[in-house]
Amino acid sequence: MDQRIFVAGVGVISAIGKNLAECLDSLENGRAGIGDMICLDSVHKQKIPVAEVDMSNDDLAHLSGLSKTKSRTALLSVIAAREALNNSGIEDIEALRTGFISANSVGGMDRTEKFFADFFFNNQKGRLRDVVHHECGSITELVADQLGIKDYITTISTACSSSANAIFFGARLIKNNILDVVVAGGTDALTKFTLNGFNTLMILDEQFCQPFDDKRRGLNLGEGAGYVVLVSEKVAASLQKKPAVTLSGFCNANDAYHQTASSPAGTGSYLAMEGALRRSSLQPAQIDYINLHGTGTQNNDIAEGTAIMRLFDPHYPKMSSTKSFTGHTLGGSGGIEAVFSILAVEHGIIYPNLRLQTPMKELPFVPETTLTKNVNIKNVLTNSFGFGGNCTSLIFSKF
Amino acid sequence: MKVLSSDIYITASCTINDHVVCKDETKIFENKDTSLGDFLVSVYHRFGINYPKFYKMDNLSKLGWLASEILLKDSFRKDEYQPQTIGVVLANASSSLDTDMRYYETVKDIPSPALFVYTLPNIVIGEICIRQHFEGETAFFIFDEFDAGFIEQYISNLINNNILQACVCGWVELLGEHYKTVLFLVEKAKKTVNSFTKENLIKIYKLENE
Amino acid sequence: MNKLISELKIQIIEQLNLQEVKPEDIADDQALFVEGLGLDSIDALELIVLLQQHYKIKLSNAEEGPKVFRSVKTMAEYITAHQSRNV
Repeated sequence: MDQRIFVAGVGVISAIGKNLAECLDSLENGRAGIGDMICLDSVHKQKIPVAEVDMSNDDLAHLSGLSKTKSRTALLSVIAAREALNNSGIEDIEALRTGFISANSVGGMDRTEKFFADFFFNNQKGRLRDVVHHECGSITELVADQLGIKDYITTISTACSSSANAIFFGARLIKNNILDVVVAGGTDALTKFTLNGFNTLMILDEQFCQPFDDKRRGLNLGEGAGYVVLVSEKVAASLQKKPAVTLSGFCNANDAYHQTASSPAGTGSYLAMEGALRRSSLQPAQIDYINLHGTGTQNNDIAEGTAIMRLFDPHYPKMSSTKSFTGHTLGGSGGIEAVFSILAVEHGIIYPNLRLQTPMKELPFVPETTLTKNVNIKNVLTNSFGFGGNCTSLIFSKF
Repeated sequence: MKVLSSDIYITASCTINDHVVCKDETKIFENKDTSLGDFLVSVYHRFGINYPKFYKMDNLSKLGWLASEILLKDSFRKDEYQPQTIGVVLANASSSLDTDMRYYETVKDIPSPALFVYTLPNIVIGEICIRQHFEGETAFFIFDEFDAGFIEQYISNLINNNILQACVCGWVELLGEHYKTVLFLVEKAKKTVNSFTKENLIKIYKLENE
Repeated sequence: MNKLISELKIQIIEQLNLQEVKPEDIADDQALFVEGLGLDSIDALELIVLLQQHYKIKLSNAEEGPKVFRSVKTMAEYITAHQSRNV
């Protein structure tokens, strides 16, 4: 029953590019996507930097084939999921048992906010069409319809670990012979709801974030979507372009400490990473790169850093937080960072952790500050830790 | 492929619905004609729980957390398990929409951090784990309605593959004054009359209150 | 100052949902965090909201928090000092 799970295709859209090639180019050239708010119309404009996808809803609609009246969350999702499917080399998904496991935290909130602005002043105003796809599950269904996936569709909503959880749930469905192909990952668009909420928790950085820096001040919110196409061994063998990366390990654990903060010892992070290693039968020293959760908050970075110390000492792999490029994309982060991790294996690259100036004094290791190419990367660990103590780690390996 | 679940049992259940609390399919408390908020507080008092953080939770978390307290009381020997082998898997239809709306009301004036914390459905799971020190795998799914087949398959898989030895699972749904929660305690090899099957899950879920 | 302290106790109980606590249970000098009432980081953020909502004082530097919110008395002193400056 424990067959290998192959990655046949990946797709992504974020503040650093509207597709794989653009994102990879930005990562290789140290080009972050953080800046002033342009698309979102908030009172915090020009005060709080964010990492928006550099496209209006009209442009996203055009690229996705969905109407511009649909939620930005769905528009982003279709673009990335379709790119992943197109790259997979699977010619006819209807001939295989195919599922769509998608995660998000805001659902269609961006459209609901537009509705509410009109409705609040006059309850005869506001277009009801704007709230039809408010629910998280509704966004998934909308995108599944657009992609033509019918066999199995579900939504996971566990905050910042959501899309990583979607990915390993997809793997389980294949391992249990319920599906042959799964498009799994997640999406989130920037909304006032989220921006105001994070602002009131006082964990936003008013400058560009500095993950794992001793003087870090908080996170920058981002938006985007990232999906992988997972396939069974049988499907992998049938493809013309043979997949070269597998999902070799995964684990989810609960930190059981606080609703929104991580335990100082990084218990949940430790258990998730340790469990993923155990499942993949790898030793810590065999990990070549860690894509950190690395949000840039005081709390996450010390908790995650402490857990890494406990697990990897004294052999620390190279590591970096790509949230220094894309911001924290919440429901999309596990998916986007899984894609970046897979690209790292495929292209032999280790991304830099941008804007790291002063290493954290508590930790005996420092993330990479420069790009490294032509590295023989066999195993990448990627972390996604969410509110509610929900911690997930995934391992992608070269086949 | 049918997943083997012959050695897995429902060792306890708790339903809170229509202002009635049932434990193991027996009614143990009722308080009709009160608002939802007052009802939840009356359940908290009735079962002699002492956990002041309860009052800070949103209604969804209060509901799920209370159900878990009643579910586990006198039914679960937690010390027999490692914390990493106990998990929580929940689902609902409305996610955290009830609290999302309450939070959004405050955005007009000053956004409330205490409400924002609860604008994710899996915080219910967080509250249960913080209270019980469960460190195993947890997940929250969004479905149109309770899917017993999914719960049976998903949790059997976790237990049969030794990812968990015990699990709190079920449905925790709340929107406005409409709510229903049905939680199950599922354990390996602790034989009871209710083996862990889709049919038994549905039987307990559909139980009508007298 | 005493009137402000009494009012603050009622406001704190309401803002933080401390339903089992009565104003007379909170001593003026009692530590609000860690020991005492055992408040946490989210409660600290709600106290910042309380200052803004009821007293129009904006505490934008979270690091000032532990000093200002040490007890009801220190909160009252902070409010008195800042309100007279606003006049």
